[in-house]
Amino acid sequence: MQAFEYASPTSKEAAVKLLASEWGETEVLAGGTDLLSLMKDQGSAPKRVVSLAAVKELKAIEYNPSTGLRLGALVTLRELLDSAEVRKPYPALIEAAEGVRSPQLHSMGTVGGDLLQRPRCWYYRGGYGLLAQMDGKSLVPDGENQYHAILGNSGPAYFVNPSSFAPILIALGAKVRLFGPGGARDVSLDKFYGTPTSADQREYDLKPNEILTDILVPAAGGAKMAVYEVRQKEALDWPLAAAAVVLNLDGKTVKSARVVLGHVAPTPWPSPEAEAALAGKTVSESVAEEAGKAALAKATPLSKNAYKVQLARVAVKRAVLAAAEGGA
Amino acid sequence: MSRKKDKPRKSAAEAFSRRDFLKGAGVAVSGGLMVGEQVAGATPPEGATQVLGPGAVPITLKINGRPHKLNVEPRVTLLDALRNHLDITGAKKVCDRAACGACTVTLNGNPVYACAVLAIEAQGKEIQTIESLTTGGKLHPVSAAFVEHDAQQCGFCTPGFVMAVKAFLDKNPNPTMQDIEKGLGGNLCRCGTYVGVRQAVLEAAKAMKGGKAHA
Repeated sequence: MQAFEYASPTSKEAAVKLLASEWGETEVLAGGTDLLSLMKDQGSAPKRVVSLAAVKELKAIEYNPSTGLRLGALVTLRELLDSAEVRKPYPALIEAAEGVRSPQLHSMGTVGGDLLQRPRCWYYRGGYGLLAQMDGKSLVPDGENQYHAILGNSGPAYFVNPSSFAPILIALGAKVRLFGPGGARDVSLDKFYGTPTSADQREYDLKPNEILTDILVPAAGGAKMAVYEVRQKEALDWPLAAAAVVLNLDGKTVKSARVVLGHVAPTPWPSPEAEAALAGKTVSESVAEEAGKAALAKATPLSKNAYKVQLARVAVKRAVLAAAEGGA
Repeated sequence: MSRKKDKPRKSAAEAFSRRDFLKGAGVAVSGGLMVGEQVAGATPPEGATQVLGPGAVPITLKINGRPHKLNVEPRVTLLDALRNHLDITGAKKVCDRAACGACTVTLNGNPVYACAVLAIEAQGKEIQTIESLTTGGKLHPVSAAFVEHDAQQCGFCTPGFVMAVKAFLDKNPNPTMQDIEKGLGGNLCRCGTYVGVRQAVLEAAKAMKGGKAHA
C-alpha cells in the first residue's frame, strides 16, 4: 500500500472539500474492508484518504411507517441486524446482511460501503484493470471466467456487481442520496449502476468529489419480500448467484412483483421477464420455476460459467417461494 | 538488540526470538523515515479539517487496557501496528485482505479484522488481543476448550479463532450448533479443524456459564 494523507472530517461538507475532482487522487474510507484490500493490491493508490468515521450524521437509522426508511451510509451491518425497526418491515434487508457470513464484516462493513464496493473479478484484483484487459483485449472470455457475468456480458465489462444489498434495495424502489460540492442529489438505485466502457470509469454514478450519504427506502406497504443467495460455502464468500423478490399480493394473487438478480451481470440485474411471469398468478412451485426460467432466458454464459445459469434460476425460484410464504 | 521495557511477553522462550533479529535489522531503515513526521495535536485552522501524513504521526492505542504511544504513517493497519511496532504478535497476518480471520481482535467488544482497520482509526477504542486472555498462566475457557477438543492443527488460525469465539460467546452465551456455524463464518482453518472448533465453542459456552474466571 502506498503512503497517503489521512483526514477525518466531522461533517459531509468538510468531507467533500477534501476530495479531488478526478478519480485516483482521493478515496473515501468507510468500513475499510474493501478499500484497504484494494489499496494493498495497488488497485488504488490515492494521495489522500478521507475517512467518514467521524461524520456522525451518516450513522442514522430512521424509520417511519408511512414514508419509509432512511439508512445513513455508515450504518454497519451489525447495526442493521440489531435494528428492530428494520427487521419487521424489511426482513429481506436483514437476510441480505445475514448473507455476509462474517461477524467481523458485520462489525466493520457499512451499507454504503456494500453498495460501492468494487468488483471481485480476480483479473481486476490482480492488476489488469476494471475491464481485465491486456494489450487492449479482455482476458475474461478465454480465461478463468467461472465467476463472471452470464447476463449483460457483451463486453467490454465481464465482472459481476458484488453488492449484497443492491438487488433487494432496487426491488424495494430505493434511492441513494449523493452529496457533493453543489449539494445533494437523489438517484434511483436502479439508475445508479452502469456498465463501464473504459477502465478509468466507475461502475456507478458517483462523482469523485461526492459521497454517498443516505439510502432512502420507500415504505414497504405490506409487501412480501425475500433474498435468496446461492453460495459455494456457508462461510464468508460472495454468492455465485442471488435473487431479491418483492411481491405485492392480493390474497394469493400477485398484483405486481419486482425481481432483481445479483452476481450475474456487471450491474444488479432487474428482470422484467420474471416480473411478467409472476403478475396475475398465484405463487406455486411451478410458477416460481417459470419466473426463474424467464429471468435467465437471455443468459449468455461464458466458457466456464454455464453452471451459474441454473444457480440463478434456482435463486429466483426460491426467493419467489420464500417471499410468498413469509417476509413481512 | 533493542528491546522495549514494556514488552508484553517475557517468557524464557522469548530470550532468543527471531522477531528481535528482524527488528534490529530494520532500525537503520525506519530511522530514515522520520522526515514527514507531524504533530497530531497541532490545531488546524478554524473550520478546516486537519490532514495528517503521509509521514508518521503520533497516535495512542489502548490495547488490553493499557495505552501505547507510537508513531505510524496513516497507511499502517492496526495489525501491522500491533505486530511490527508493538511486538504484540498474537494476531496473525495471513491473507491481509479481510477474508481469513487470523488477525481477529476486538474493538469495543466487536470482532474485527485488524488487517482492515487503520491504526490511526483504532484510537479511542478498547482494543483486545489474544494476549489479554491468559492471565497468570491460567487459560481462558475458550483457549482451554480449544486445547481440550484439539481444535487446531498447525495453529496459525487459532488466535484469531479464539478471539472470534470469545466475541461470539460474549453476545451469544447459549448458542446452538447452528448459531455457532453461522456465528463463526468469518474465520478460516485450512487444516480443516472445524469439527473440533465447534465442539470447543459448545464446551467453552458451558464453562463460561459455570462461572470459571475469564477475561
